[in-house]
Amino acid sequence: MPVIEARNLELTFQTNDGPVHALKDVNLSIEKGDFVSFIGPSGCGKTTFLRCMAALEHPTGGEITVNGVSPEEARQARAYGYVFQAAGLYPWRTIAGNIKLPLEIMGFSKAEQEKRVKDVLQLVDLEGFGGKYPWQLSGGMQQRASIARALGFDADILLMDEPFGALDEIVRDHLNEQLLALWARTEKTIGFVTHSIPEAVYLSTRIVVMSPRPGRITDVIESPLPKERPLEIRDTPEFIEIAHRVREGLRAGHLDE
Amino acid sequence: MMRTFWAVLVVVAAIVLFWYAAAVPMNIKTALTQAEREGAVISPEGAAARRDMSAIALALANPGQWGDTLVQDKPRLPTPDQVAVELWQTSGAMVLKGRAFSKRSLLFHGWVTLSATLLGFGIGTVLGVVLAVGIVHSRVMDMSVMPWAIVSQTIPIIALAPMIIVVLYSVGVQGIIPKAIISAYLSFFPVVVGMVKGLRSPDSMQLDLLRTYNASTSQGFWKLRLPSSLPYLFASLKVAIAASLVGAIVGELPTGAVSGLGARLLAGSYYGQTIQIWSALFAAAILAALLVGILGMIERLLLRRMGVLA
Repeated sequence: MPVIEARNLELTFQTNDGPVHALKDVNLSIEKGDFVSFIGPSGCGKTTFLRCMAALEHPTGGEITVNGVSPEEARQARAYGYVFQAAGLYPWRTIAGNIKLPLEIMGFSKAEQEKRVKDVLQLVDLEGFGGKYPWQLSGGMQQRASIARALGFDADILLMDEPFGALDEIVRDHLNEQLLALWARTEKTIGFVTHSIPEAVYLSTRIVVMSPRPGRITDVIESPLPKERPLEIRDTPEFIEIAHRVREGLRAGHLDE
Repeated sequence: MMRTFWAVLVVVAAIVLFWYAAAVPMNIKTALTQAEREGAVISPEGAAARRDMSAIALALANPGQWGDTLVQDKPRLPTPDQVAVELWQTSGAMVLKGRAFSKRSLLFHGWVTLSATLLGFGIGTVLGVVLAVGIVHSRVMDMSVMPWAIVSQTIPIIALAPMIIVVLYSVGVQGIIPKAIISAYLSFFPVVVGMVKGLRSPDSMQLDLLRTYNASTSQGFWKLRLPSSLPYLFASLKVAIAASLVGAIVGELPTGAVSGLGARLLAGSYYGQTIQIWSALFAAAILAALLVGILGMIERLLLRRMGVLA
């Protein structure tokens, strides 16, 4: 059974300028352990699609299931962790306190909270920073803390909406490397929205290319790259070929208009 | 740091100087009448001739009498030193004599007003926070309470205060309570406005994040909305406590109260004791500054404890 399955998914926003087709005829199934990237120009519905999986948006047509149930039920079962573009840490809580936030809400015991905070801080390479406040950390470290916060309650699905979009190239490379390591260790299913072609190709087992007006999927590319991916893999011919195909897909989406 | 200190000092000195300069023309007519009666030569002669002349022209024509304008018993405008001496004699000096809470002491009157202020501020703050929580969580309250809260502040308190006091008196409530209620009436409003803004300050991403945790409304309130609102709350509290003080003083005016800074103001104006009026005004201003300052300290301590301030 696929972890996430969308059939003829459709979402239309009613605006003053008439209906906007954010998603139309979207079909996709994501298997357990997949790392799926969504790439496309702004307005292509990649974020909207991710938000539909998280039950933060409600489709106006078609069907979508998460773990075999509706996204709303999956949300209530706390089936996924969500990472936003901004870290959004509470400035009045320490890093440990921020990671505890979902754990407190979900009613974990104090001892369990401490243990999990310790575990996920190690997972995102932030040991020793638990007692710091967010303003004492760099942007990249804050984003890692927000990933740790999403990992703390150990949901099987991790949904990430341009989590590294606001960071510079070098920090981004480093975080991408860490994210792959983390994914290999935790074997989570990851949905990852990005507008960077190298990022999408480097991270993903599958790349979903989308295009706007109406927001739709134009291509789904299975990556032949091995699971083990050093940063240098980006200079190999295979990598460059996939990146080329993604670029072609994006261009084709634009030519339709 | 030193530069700022001197700049502030220069501004204060300029204000004091302007005040002295203003006292001369303000008090010149009485000073001239008095001097003429004692045999001095004044130009022009005779009170009748001077009646319609401007105070500034009179002051310029009689520089010899300037000194007299600054030392009168019942001047139109008392000088800074007269007010300062009166303030000291009715506060510090009385403490030294061991009569800090005699009926002539500003400390006594200040305390009477302060107690009503604090009670009213407490009631107003609790009411304001409760209303804001309701407004943020209930659309019905948002649409029904907020307009009334705004309308309530358009009625001049000086018109409403006597009615509140009379109505409460008729049901047997008097003393500190009616004054506190007028204080609360003035102070709940800034708290409502600031608190509504503060409780709504978390952005949609923050709220979405809590949705992904399937957090309840009350968890969202305690963990996100309330902590986010604190900076807004404190800004409002500073406005509210000053308004509370005004409310308590206004509450003392229409009742013919015998104690409190408002009563002091009223008694001063009955007997033409301008120095007493001004010292009561300054006592009120100092009290307000102290209260706002204390709130500012609590705010800094709390925000630092929360880790928001470095």
